[in-house]
Amino acid sequence: MRRFVWHAVIVGLLLVLLYPLVWLVAMSFKPAEEIVSSLSLLPKKVVLGNYAEVFEGTGGIPVWRFFGNSLIVAVLSVIGNVISCTLAAYAFARLRFRLRGPLFALMLATIMLPAHVVLIPQYTIFNNLELIDTFVPLALPKFLATDAFFIFLIVQFMRGLPDELADAARIDGCGAVRSFTHVVLPLSRPALVTTAIFTFIWTWNDFLSQLIYLNTPEKYTLPLALRLFIDQTSESSYGPMFAMSVLTLLPIGLFFLAFQRLIVDGVSTTGMGGT
Amino acid sequence: MASTTTTRPRPGPDRPKAGVSAHRRGLRPDRTREGLAGYIFLSPWLLGLMGITAIPMLMSLYLSFTDYDILSTWSEIEWVGLANYRRMFGDDPSYWHAVQVTATFALIAVPLKLAAALGVALLLNRERRGVGLFRGLFYLPSLLGGSVALAIVWLNIFNRDGAFNGFLGLFGIEGEPWANDPDWALETLMVLAIWQFGAPMVIFLAGLKQVPTELYEAASVDGAGPVRKFLSITLPMLSPVIFFNLVLETINGFQGFTSAFVLSGGTGGPVDSTLMYTLNLYIKGFTDYEMGYASAMAWVFLVFIGVITVVLFSTGRFWVHYSDGDDNS
Repeated sequence: MRRFVWHAVIVGLLLVLLYPLVWLVAMSFKPAEEIVSSLSLLPKKVVLGNYAEVFEGTGGIPVWRFFGNSLIVAVLSVIGNVISCTLAAYAFARLRFRLRGPLFALMLATIMLPAHVVLIPQYTIFNNLELIDTFVPLALPKFLATDAFFIFLIVQFMRGLPDELADAARIDGCGAVRSFTHVVLPLSRPALVTTAIFTFIWTWNDFLSQLIYLNTPEKYTLPLALRLFIDQTSESSYGPMFAMSVLTLLPIGLFFLAFQRLIVDGVSTTGMGGT
Repeated sequence: MASTTTTRPRPGPDRPKAGVSAHRRGLRPDRTREGLAGYIFLSPWLLGLMGITAIPMLMSLYLSFTDYDILSTWSEIEWVGLANYRRMFGDDPSYWHAVQVTATFALIAVPLKLAAALGVALLLNRERRGVGLFRGLFYLPSLLGGSVALAIVWLNIFNRDGAFNGFLGLFGIEGEPWANDPDWALETLMVLAIWQFGAPMVIFLAGLKQVPTELYEAASVDGAGPVRKFLSITLPMLSPVIFFNLVLETINGFQGFTSAFVLSGGTGGPVDSTLMYTLNLYIKGFTDYEMGYASAMAWVFLVFIGVITVVLFSTGRFWVHYSDGDDNS
């Protein structure tokens, strides 16, 4: 009986919590007049017209373009973060050098640094380099390990690896580089996967930097294109706006389905936030 | 940040290792090589630290004393001394309004979010079928919440004709146009923030797993009820995690941007009711092109976040309980 009550409470809470998502999906399949007139969740008639309209594109730009742009930025960010953060983490976790302590402290301090403090000068620099309205300002920082949080995550993981393997490699005459590529890197895969997943999701959701750096609609990523939708939306185009919202969230939903356990465990062992 | 990881004895390279020392003597040249390797491995990060973080920070400090806008070349930038700061503290009502909006948001949304997170974590902290799946589903909003798509959903659910008012209508209550009502727009944003309690919840759950069950058993023997156990065992044992979540969520709370931007169409409206600090900064810098002024705002923001963190840490000494030694359970 107590179990039943417990399950009932949990399921009840989840229904309330996930209602907005269910609502969004339901609306995306409703015809325009029903979205405005009816409050019921389930569509009287399921239509795919909203999605068809989304695929026709916005302002002459096909929707796959926005998808592609978002994908390029996200994939570049993943590659950049995984490479640069792993390299830095290996140095901090496994190598001895004089400034390691102070640099490590500095790295930790940058985790808490609000992005807004460097926003304007970064913009100025990229503007002077004539890189505004390209993907460079979005991807380049990732190749320079500015998401220090992930360095910390990988450092923690590498410190937990058994010493014996690395020592054995040393004794066999492996230098820092070979011990990295042959011992530490293969063993660190779980941390790298976590880094990749979170980088992808956060970049996919990111709005502020894409808003600042991308100007022409051809370069727009999904969040920017969605915003375009809100601005021009009359009541008749609510449906396509909802459909596009669903499409935007879909990749994250798929990631969640595939890696649910890994994602949640990643959060609980590292204490990283979700926003 | 590591408060939730189990503390492992650090197998870092500084720990002297028996049996290696003889070997190490023979490798003396390698130590400098290893040092060199360290800096080579760090070089991308060092480059980023300089180019993307340190130099821009110094630049923004300099710009905060100028009237810089994006159009002026470096030679045209005019030094204005403390004018930007004076304007901020003296005669910019919108600045203080934004500070007030942000503080209200953080003071209300953060505690409620943490309370929701702790409550659900306590509910989920037991061995039952499906608990892993439930944990994941409660976390899902945290994954999606920062996105534009979710802000659109909020805008439409909390509307005059939205689903929330439809729900209230069932009870004969006539709702407000929440997201478009100056009196309620900020609250609508708060609900969106609280809705994403999954991330701190997962961290709480990890913390709850670390509380030794013997403590509860001993308390039961002493006849303590569930409330007493919660107050005397769970809360003190969990206080480091609560503290960690509080610091993290407070800092995040002050920086909320996307949802405020989308909900208000980038204006902070209606009637500046959702003019969060970072949104105000964006408007000043990238809409009005007063980048010198916006840089000053950014630096005050940094100092402010620093002060908040220090204050939280200094109060933490009075209520955060660290169990002695390492509990490598």
